[in-house]
Formats: sequence, C-alpha cells, structure tokens
Amino acid sequence: MDTPAAPPARVDFEAHPSTYKHWTLTVDGEIARLVMKVQPFGGANTELELKSNSYDLSVDIELADAVQRLRFEHPAVRAVVITSGHEKVFCAGANIYMLAASTHPFKVNFCKYTNETRLGMEEASAESGLRFLCAANGATAGGGYELALACDEIVLVDDGSSTVSLPEVPLLGVLPGTGGLTRVVDKRMVRRDLADAFSTLAEGVKGKRAVEWGLVDAVVPRSKFADTIALRAKALAAKSPRTASGPGMVFKPLQPRVNGDSGVEYKFISLKVDAKTRVAELTVRGPDEDPPGDAAEAGAQSADSWGVRCARELDDALLRLRFHYENVGLVLVRTEGDRKKAHAAGEFIASAARKTWLGREVQLLWARVLRRFDITARSFFAVVDDKSCFAGPLFELLLACDRSYVLDQAGVAVFPGSLSGGALPGWNGLTRLQTRFLKDPARADQILAAAKEGPLDGAAADKLGLATVFADDIDFEEELRVAVEERVSLSPDALTGMEQNYRFTGPETLATKIFGRLSAWQNWIFIRPNATGETGALTLYGKPERPKFDFRRT
Amino acid sequence: MAQSLESIPNNVDLSSDRRLQRALEQWQPNFLAWWNQVGPEGFQAHQVYLRTAISVEAGGWAHFDFVRMPDYRWGIFLEPKDGERKIGFGDVMGEPAWEEVPGEHRNSLRRIIVTQADTEPASVEQQRLLGKTCPSMYDLRNLFQVNVEEGRHLWAMVYLLHRHFGRDGREEADELLNRRSGSPDKPRILNCFNEPIDEWLSFFFFAMFTDRDGKYQLSALAQSGFDPLARTTRFMLTEEAHHLFVGEMGVDRVVQRCAELMAQGKDPRKEGAVPLELLQKYCNFWFTLSLDLFGGEISSNAADFFAAGLKGRFREETLDEHKALGETYKLEVPQDGKIVEQEVPLRNAMNEVLRDEYVKDCQRAVDRWNKTLEKAGVTGMKLRLPNRRFHRAVGPCAGFKFNPDGQLISEQEWAANESRWLPTAEDREYVKSLMHPVIATGQMANWIAPPGKGINAMPVNFEYVKPPIV
Repeated sequence: MDTPAAPPARVDFEAHPSTYKHWTLTVDGEIARLVMKVQPFGGANTELELKSNSYDLSVDIELADAVQRLRFEHPAVRAVVITSGHEKVFCAGANIYMLAASTHPFKVNFCKYTNETRLGMEEASAESGLRFLCAANGATAGGGYELALACDEIVLVDDGSSTVSLPEVPLLGVLPGTGGLTRVVDKRMVRRDLADAFSTLAEGVKGKRAVEWGLVDAVVPRSKFADTIALRAKALAAKSPRTASGPGMVFKPLQPRVNGDSGVEYKFISLKVDAKTRVAELTVRGPDEDPPGDAAEAGAQSADSWGVRCARELDDALLRLRFHYENVGLVLVRTEGDRKKAHAAGEFIASAARKTWLGREVQLLWARVLRRFDITARSFFAVVDDKSCFAGPLFELLLACDRSYVLDQAGVAVFPGSLSGGALPGWNGLTRLQTRFLKDPARADQILAAAKEGPLDGAAADKLGLATVFADDIDFEEELRVAVEERVSLSPDALTGMEQNYRFTGPETLATKIFGRLSAWQNWIFIRPNATGETGALTLYGKPERPKFDFRRT
Repeated sequence: MAQSLESIPNNVDLSSDRRLQRALEQWQPNFLAWWNQVGPEGFQAHQVYLRTAISVEAGGWAHFDFVRMPDYRWGIFLEPKDGERKIGFGDVMGEPAWEEVPGEHRNSLRRIIVTQADTEPASVEQQRLLGKTCPSMYDLRNLFQVNVEEGRHLWAMVYLLHRHFGRDGREEADELLNRRSGSPDKPRILNCFNEPIDEWLSFFFFAMFTDRDGKYQLSALAQSGFDPLARTTRFMLTEEAHHLFVGEMGVDRVVQRCAELMAQGKDPRKEGAVPLELLQKYCNFWFTLSLDLFGGEISSNAADFFAAGLKGRFREETLDEHKALGETYKLEVPQDGKIVEQEVPLRNAMNEVLRDEYVKDCQRAVDRWNKTLEKAGVTGMKLRLPNRRFHRAVGPCAGFKFNPDGQLISEQEWAANESRWLPTAEDREYVKSLMHPVIATGQMANWIAPPGKGINAMPVNFEYVKPPIV
C-alpha cells in the first residue's frame, strides 16, 4: 500500500471560523456548539483520507482556535457543546495512517499540541468558567474519547452499539497519547482495575456499563439525545461562574513573514535560525508605549496592543519552532527594549486581570503561552545584556529558560513584577520563582519584594539566584559561545529528557503527569520495534500482515 | 408458553452443559416474548406447514409438519465434526482449528458473530407486516419459513455467544433482542436492516440480494479457524439456500407474470402487474444496497480477519493459495474525475474478493430471469445488474455519482436520471397499491405467476397455512 507522505513542512497555525474546514462554531446566547465534521480530504495532507471524523493537526488547530475565540470573542457563552456532524460517529481519534506515516518528531509534536489544546479546554473551564459538554452522538474512540475526557461532562448516545473506547493498546500497540490514561484514573477516577480492562478492550464499553464504570456521565437514547443535551448544556451554563459581558476582543491574523529556513519575523518577535549551527535566536521586543493609565479602561487594551499581540506572536513562534525547525537544538532567548515600559505593561496586565474579565483572559493567555514554552523540546538560554528588557511578563521568559547568562555591566538589569507572584503558574501549579527556589520558598518573595523598589541590577540578580553565569564584558561572549557550542554537541534526546525532568520540579498535576509520564512512555513506545519496527503494530495497522512482538518485558 | 429446555433439538449436548442451560433458561423466555411482540403479525396462532431441523442426520434437517410459529422448535445444530480440522488459510494456516475462542481473537470474533447475528432478528422485524398482504398461501408459508429459520439462525449465533463468550456473550445475546429494526434509539447494527420491508416485491428482492450477502458472509465464516463458528455457519447455509430460493423464484414469478402480459401485447401496469422497468429499478436498488453490506473495498479489518484465520474466502478449499500475502488486487476507483486502477494488497481487498463471488451469483439469477422473459416471448428487453460502482454508500465510490454502466457522472446528470434508475415514491406507492391479500388455497395475486411446484412435494394448492383451531 502506498503510504501517504508526511504533512507539508510548514503548517499555518492560525485559523478563523469563516474558513474552518472541519468544525462549525455557532453561538446561541450562552450556549455555543462546536460541531466536528472532518473533511475527508481536507487535512494537512490532502492525499490522506480522514475517515470517520479522524483528525490530523489541521483539525486540532481549528479546535484550538475555536476555544481561544470563545474565550475572547464570545463573553456571553458559558457552556460549549462539542458534538459530531456525522450520524454514527462522534470521533475516531487521531488518524492512524497519518501517525504511521509521520516522522517521530512530528508525532511527538502533534501529540504535544493536541494535549495542549485539551488542557486548554480544561483551563478555560477552571479559569474562565467556560464549561464543555461532550455530546458523544456515536462511536467515541481513542483520541475521540480523549477529547470527550477533556470536557466537563460526557453524554454518550445509548443506541446499543456506540461505545467509548481507548483501543490504542490492543489495536495499535501504542498508548492513547492525548491524556486518555491519565484522565480516566486521575480526572474521572475510574477504578484502576476497570480502567485496565477498559483500555485493553478494543471495541470499548457502551450503555449502562459505561456509566457504571464512570467512563461517561450519562447514556441517553437517540430520540431523547438532543433534548437531553440542550438541558444539560443549560444546566452547565447556569452553574458557570463566568461573568464576562460586553464586547469581546477580536483577534486579527498575525501574518508573520516567514523567511524560509532562516526564521520568522513578527511585529514584536524575531525568530532567526542558523541551520548550520542549529542555534536560533528568539528576540522579543518590548512595548514602545506605556499602557493606558487606568487599568479599568481595559477596553482600551486592544487586540493590537503589545500585551496581547506579543503573547500571540510568541505562541505562534513557538509552534513554528517546534514544527518547522526540527534541527534547532538551542534557542538563545533575548529581549530588547525599554525595561520600564515592559514592566509597566506587566503591571497593567496584572491590574486589568483583577478588574475586568478581558484583562484576566489576557493574563491567562500569557500563562498558557509561557507553559507552551515550558514544554518546547529545545534548550533555552536567556541572554541578559544591555539591550534586554526581562521585565513584566518577559521576566517569566528568563525563568522559563534552562539557563540564564547575565552580562556584568552597568545598566544591565531584570525587573520582576506582580505577574511573577502567581498570575502565570507553570504546569506544576507553582510560580516559576517557586519552582526555581524549591528549597528556599522565601526567596521568591524576597525577589518580588526587592523588585518593588525597582529593577534588580546584574549583581543583585546574580546574588538572588537569577543568573546561571554572571560575567563581565571580557568573558561574557566567550562564556556564551563555549556554552552554546557545547550544548548543541550533546545528544538531543538526552537533552530533551533532562530538561523535561528539571523544568517541572515539585508537585505533580494532571498536566505534569501527561507530559512527564504519559507522553514520555508514549514517545518511548513509539520508537520501539513493537510499535514502529518492520513488524510493529502501528507499522502494520491496516496492512495485510499482522504484527510480531518481541515479548520480553523491560 | 416457554418451551422446556429438554425439547430444544440440538447436537451440542445441551442436557449436560450447565453453563449453556443457565444462559438459555434466561434467554429463551425473552426470545419468545420478542417473537410474540415483533414476529409475524396476525398469524401467531395459525397452523403453518413448516420445516424444522430436528437432527443433523440425513433428512433430519428437513422435518415437515404443521406447527404454530411460537411453538416452533428452534434448535441448535452444528455440522458434525469432520475429524481433526486444520485451519485452511491466513497466518495460522495448517494449525489445528480452535475448539475454544483464543483470547487474542475474542473481541474480533464476538464482533463478527454479533454483527451477523443482528441481521437475523432484524429481518423478522422488517417483515412482520407482510403476512397481511400475501400474494398467495404458498408465499405466506414461505415467508414464515424464512422467518422461523432466521429465528433459528439467531439461536445458532446466540449459542456461540452463550457457550464461548462468557458474561459479555450473554449480554450481547440479550442486546440482540433489545435492538429493533428501524428504532431511532436502538436500531439494528447494519443500516440495510433498518428499512421496513412493507411490500412483497421488496421482500423478494431482499431475499434475493440481501439474504445472498448473508450466504457469502456465512460461507466466509464457514472457513473460520474457530471451529464451532465454522460448523454452525455450515449448517445455517443449508437453510439459507431456501431463503435465496424464495427470493430468486419470487422475482422470477413476477418477471414471468410481466412477460406473459407483454407477450400478449398488454401493458403490465394497466393490468395491475409489475412492469419491467420497475423491476429493473428495484433490482438496481436492492443489489446496490446489498453490495454495501460486504464493507469497504479496501479494509484493514478484512485483512486482519483473514490473517488471523477468522474469516476466509468463498470456498477457500478450492483455491490454490491460502496465505494471500504478497499478492495484490486491482481495484477501479474514482480519482480526479476519472476511474483509475489501484493495486491493493490482496488481504486488504478480501471484502471485494467476496463481493466478486456474490456478483457472479447474482448475475446467474438475473440470467435466469432473462431466460424466463425470453421463454414467454419477450425479446429485445432484458434485466441487468447495474455496475457495482452505481449507488454506493460504502467504499471509494461512495459520495460520487455513477450511472448504472459505472460511468462517473455529474450531480446534474444524476438528478436528471435518478428517477429512471431507482424506485421513486410513486413507484413504491404503485407497488403497494398492488398488495392485496390472496389467502384462498391455490389462488395467486394478479401480479405474480404461480410457482412451478409446491413445498415438500405437496401441490401448489395445498392448504399451507390453516386458521387457528378455536
């Protein structure tokens, strides 16, 4: 069988409801409906048929866009019904042929992105009161069930045949890679032995038993399905604490300039890639202007303001970095601009977040973008020099990096602000300062207190533990050069593993379990011969031969 | 009135199998309740001249007597064991056939069995009102024979579920009685079995084309490495042959009546018979609907089932090669506005391989109908099977429009011709308007010719269905 080629090299991560191919978003008062009907040949690879609402990256990009827009553009919406436009299939999960034909880096990044989208839905529910109801109107398999699991409630049609299932283990020899195993036991708290039985049963569980096992919240006959969904959506909306109102914020396309292999240019961000050295420079430019004086006038905070646009650009740049520049191993993170203005922008975001729902959404957006940064599998070194403005939300970038190189020179400083006190938590639920100073929790407060007096100069930053290397102009460039050259010479796999272990210290959350446990196992299983070797289950899925396993357990 | 377990004809040692007894004790009353609720309406108390399988000995499968349908002795029969059978195809070829379900294949086998089983009660439900408009007592009896045997086929499949699939099997067996043809809430699994069969022309075409899909599915399962399934389906095939006969000969008699009128220079429609173009439309409709039941042309399930030794090919034993590895199958599929050839691994094309055999068999029946036309003196007009790309809802041709010759056509061309190719609402109304009960012994409705001979050497004008004894 001819295997379809991997998706085209440069996916665009921006979408708009008017051009969705796979979803329809409609809003009726406080209820929105997101109807999935995947266009069979409308995926990133148009040669590949996306049957039975199976999805590829292009489908998930639209979903992520819809969730984001519901938060910003539709303040009145309090509950979202996710359902399928097909009669007998809700969603069959990620398209297996797409996965089987993809490179390992693509597979890993695809799963990471879909995980971020699912976690984003849960975060929208927890932080913004946007409740999700999965109206599983047909077979709900694999990634389809994982999408359902990301919702607040799951209602499955009771037609005697529609099941929820995680058939990855028995059918494909891999794991459900989008948090399925984690959510079954950690979120829905299904008994572990039942979870075990469920996850090895390719055809899944239907009807009454699906409710008894806790896999879904209710099963409803088809004739009562629509009414039940309407009622439940109403009830969810009624319980939602969302207080948003008034006009929302409409995002315009970012339209970055893509310079082929050498990087991407945005209004506030440059991503410059040196393909030869495998080093990229990510430069974030601070705001040119001061924010409006009164944070209550957050309406004045337009989608084009630095505080919003810069976050979106950073988000887009990280995705492009992940998907389009696989060879880059190390990213030097620089900031440029007026430190005070960047700090003021941060204070404005924090203050607006306390006063208005839209301000809060902007702050939450920053939190998500920074968390995207946290799990991007590249080494990040922050470079703090005389041009830098690691202040406001950009101070968090410094903390998110694996190392920081601070130039010992007059005028070089960093400027933590209110946002670093809890507004932008990492995946582990802690602030990045708390994560950094796990042994000395008082240090985080000490830094924030010190910054109340003004920027922290290089020496202070070093003393407080914010500099990995603090060097004067004689040594700085050389220190950095050697560190860069050393870093890019190391095994990329080992580095990814090492960095992921160090980035989430402290407590476990659903997200850290997904990224640190489920994804790690999944990515290991993906490259094992039993999955993707010549006779592996994923390789041979849909092919005439059956898999042959190496049965030795590790 | 539940039948006692002792009176269930069987060759599976029911009397000493406690697991099976326990399962059946629960299921059997539910089956009878189901039969009484959605089985043939209006005739449950009639005495019907029916064939009952009472043993697997020669002749034992065809015991004829008058019986009330709810008293029918639904039995459990497997074709007797034929020495130590070996699996005849797939990766496991040459290994001994399995007497018990291999854990590895438990889910696949259960799904195969449940899907097959679900069609059996479904067709009884679909046909439940037909008795009221029967074209003759002979046909009425045949309808009921088909119905009770579909009931027995359900039993046969339920036996497998009860005997080999533990608690899950018992639950699936219960579900078989809970789903209902056409129900919005609990529909039958396959779509084709959710359409009501509310007139006899559809019934004949259904028995001809749709039941014939069943024959080929059963034939493929008769090869299964799971020996109880293979032996069960082999026995079912003997009964299935009668259903196909009812369909093929039913249509043949309608053709004959039409041909007789045409030969007399009369317009069948004016005479209250079924005109040839309408027969062609019904043929187009039911043939293509039934083609879909074989599944997609390219199927990973089909490949898995073959590889695992679960489902073989039609008469696998007559083929030279049984691994089907490394070989390919050439399919014609629509691509960029034209038909192109695509080579797929043979195992992935197993659905199509089975469909090939089916189409050949259907063509043979159509040839017979055409002979009937010819014999009656109608020349220059023939019935024909449409191309298998026409009117498909499954496989690579689904979503495209083809004419009955198999040429890719535009939506407009389709819209302009659909009413010439497929039955319209008016056509169906017309056929329904012909449906009046003809129940007197030996009489035939005007739209159908009498059969050549009766059942079990009885005359055509035998009283096959007797009113209830009060």
